[in-house]
Amino acid sequence: MKKKGVRLVLTMLVAVLVLWFLQRLLMPKYMSGIPEGAMIAEYYDSEKIHDVIFLGDCEVYEAFSPCYLGERYGISSYVRGSAQQLIWQSYYLLEDTLRYETPEAVVFNIMSLMHGEPQNEAYNRMTLDGMRWSASKWKAVQASMLEEESVWEYVFPLLRYHTRWQELGAEDVKYLFSRDKVTWEGYLLRVETKPVTVIPEPIELPDYTFSGYAMEYLEKLRVLCEKKGIELIFVKAPSLYPHWYEEWEQQVDAYAAEHGIAYYNFLELAEEAGIDYRTDTYDGGLHMNLSGAEKLSDYLGKKLVEVHGIPVRTGEETYQNVWEPKVKLYHEEIEKKKSGVPEYE
Amino acid sequence: MNFTSYEFILLTGLILVVYYCVPKRFQWMFLLAASYGMYASAGWMCLVYISITTFSTYLAAVKISKLSGQKADYLKEHRNGMDKEARKAYKDSIKRKQKVWLWIALAVDIGLFVVLKYSNFFIGNINALCSGLEQWKIIPYTEFLVPLGISFYTFQSMGYLLDVYNEKENAQKNYAKLALFVGFFPQLSQGPISRYEDLSRSLYCGHEWNAETVCFGLQRILWGYFKKLVIADRISIGLKTILAAPEQYQGIYFGVAMIFYAVQLYADFTGGIDIAVGIAQAMGITLKENFMRPFFSKSIKEYWNRWHISMGSWFKDYLFYPLSVSKTMLRISKKSRKLLGEEAGKRVPVYLTTSIVWFCTGIWHGASWNFVVWGLANCAVLLVSRELTPVYRWCHQHFSLEKKKWYPVFCVCRTVVLMSALRMFDCYRDVRIPVRLFFGMFTENNFSELWNGGLLRLGLSMADYIILLCGAVLMLSVSLVQRKQPVRKTVSELPYPVRTALWLLLFTAVLLLGAYGQGYEESQFIYNQF
Repeated sequence: MKKKGVRLVLTMLVAVLVLWFLQRLLMPKYMSGIPEGAMIAEYYDSEKIHDVIFLGDCEVYEAFSPCYLGERYGISSYVRGSAQQLIWQSYYLLEDTLRYETPEAVVFNIMSLMHGEPQNEAYNRMTLDGMRWSASKWKAVQASMLEEESVWEYVFPLLRYHTRWQELGAEDVKYLFSRDKVTWEGYLLRVETKPVTVIPEPIELPDYTFSGYAMEYLEKLRVLCEKKGIELIFVKAPSLYPHWYEEWEQQVDAYAAEHGIAYYNFLELAEEAGIDYRTDTYDGGLHMNLSGAEKLSDYLGKKLVEVHGIPVRTGEETYQNVWEPKVKLYHEEIEKKKSGVPEYE
Repeated sequence: MNFTSYEFILLTGLILVVYYCVPKRFQWMFLLAASYGMYASAGWMCLVYISITTFSTYLAAVKISKLSGQKADYLKEHRNGMDKEARKAYKDSIKRKQKVWLWIALAVDIGLFVVLKYSNFFIGNINALCSGLEQWKIIPYTEFLVPLGISFYTFQSMGYLLDVYNEKENAQKNYAKLALFVGFFPQLSQGPISRYEDLSRSLYCGHEWNAETVCFGLQRILWGYFKKLVIADRISIGLKTILAAPEQYQGIYFGVAMIFYAVQLYADFTGGIDIAVGIAQAMGITLKENFMRPFFSKSIKEYWNRWHISMGSWFKDYLFYPLSVSKTMLRISKKSRKLLGEEAGKRVPVYLTTSIVWFCTGIWHGASWNFVVWGLANCAVLLVSRELTPVYRWCHQHFSLEKKKWYPVFCVCRTVVLMSALRMFDCYRDVRIPVRLFFGMFTENNFSELWNGGLLRLGLSMADYIILLCGAVLMLSVSLVQRKQPVRKTVSELPYPVRTALWLLLFTAVLLLGAYGQGYEESQFIYNQF
């Protein structure tokens, strides 16, 4: 009987190990091609000494550079952003962040208010797969799932990625048990330049009111920050499209005014921040490149210190030990990337 | 709840664990609650419908059984005081009362079944027939929710009722127990159509945990999932492509579709039955086998004795035989012999009964004319082959066919091809399409599509074809090995590490190669829809 029990336990152990190995092998690594999928998980490797946490979609992780903020203003920050990060995902990512640290301020890019319902499975996976398991992740999954998705595929990603055996490559083996850094404290570094040439005409919407679901999460975000003594700041990155409608702006303005939240709309502040759409975007106006991101970081960094009282950590030993090597590597990476970038014609 | 949904798998696992934790005398009650819980997930109305069927069957069976008891007591009591005629008159009076109860219950069961499943079929036909009439107002289609497995549980209930009426069974006096017989969740969605005599033996008694039985059950479930997810759902991608564009995929593609559908249907249906039987077995409950290697049949008749056995035997026992010996049929037989002579006349009632049975078999599979045509086509093949018996006999005598080694193989191939061709009526609502495409196979010369990459344009990659081929070979091998003893038994005799590795390999194959999750539609089992 005892022998049978031991045999059964060993069998189960082997089965679990095999499944765990297969899961690791088949899950996309996002080390090349689409690094956005690896961004959320990277946070857990960072030292949790951040005074500012940025939240939002691609507009935010390509618009603010924590390394620049650290070097220039002594601000310790991190961007918890991912591609098409929906507002409820931002909320649960903040909940998740609060398990590790409590920042002084949260900077939230309000673009995701435009979405009132789950959008795309691939983006959901890129945001949620990297999150560590907690009640927040469970709730984030529940809030984000499309009808055809199943929560069990998040619990056991092997069920989702089981068909990837057909597309396994060297990258899957190389990064089986490790991963490279793809961001700089959540900032996705892009040095290419593609000036704005054409801005698509905005499409007319049937209704410009933000959905109740999105507003519910905005309220939750505000209440959570208030409860934790965190200052909530709204930003709107200067992306020229998708179009940011005046009706949307009015709603954000009203909400921010009602709750005394600072709001920086960089579409309006672009000139003041020094944004030049000929040199500061890498995709014709959708996202900022390094030049644009550093200009925005410069502007916001100043405000964070002067208006919002974010502590300047320059000179603090812990801070120096953590940030100095990062900034050094950041500059090396910029040089490396710049040397490999062809001129835009 | 679909067998392939994560929720079903999880709940079944949970039910299995709780089942063995519950005291033995309460196990059947727990199963009833679990079955109804599962069924309710498909919609509360489903529970209402199944309860109506169960209640009418229960009530009639109890009344019929009570009348049988009364009759037996009365006859025993008046054994000496009644002459033969008085006894017969008394028996007839009881039979009449029983018949009333029987017809009431059958009317409710069949009525509900027909209304829910066939209303739109009738409405469609009436509208089509009357569309030419002036002032004809189109009858709108109904929006009834067709309960999952209604064809299966209705037939199972009626079988039980007829067994009670024919005094083969005593009525189940406990309503909840009968409700479990009708609604036992593993067999609810696609059978088998169990007989009360078979299922009740193991359904109500308590079962102790038996590692071997549970393991065998789980292994059977796994094998069912392999057939369904790795083979049936994968090949259905290619099949759907061909079926969706009959104008584009003609000639040899129809032959490909015939093979694809034969493999899909077999893997899908037997896979589903394996899961149902496996779940029951893991709980110590025995469900009857529904297949006996049908693709090794040498004739259509043999095929139908080996395919969907529970349905075939149901129609035979509860429709064919009663119809054959009914007064109407006997009258027809008498008249036809008189009119056509002894030899031809005796065929008329047989042909008529067989046609009725196959008409019902066809329409049972689906509420549309293509299924009726499919049923009648099967009937025609069976009757023609019956008529050709003297020709076969002559051939056998003159060419000693039975001694030839290739002859059995030829017979098997002939059956497979014939059945695969007939089955294509399932796939097209317009019956003219499969007929046209079938003949197109011989006139359209596009055999090169088989090797010029045409097959890779059906939504299946080379890897898919390799998996399908390996899967089909494995299915075939299992069928061959099974002739001696169940494969699970053979595997269980291997050393522990080897058999464990084999089952783990099968599990991994289902997990990795199964056509489920994102990118695949969660597809119902084909027989779920019948």
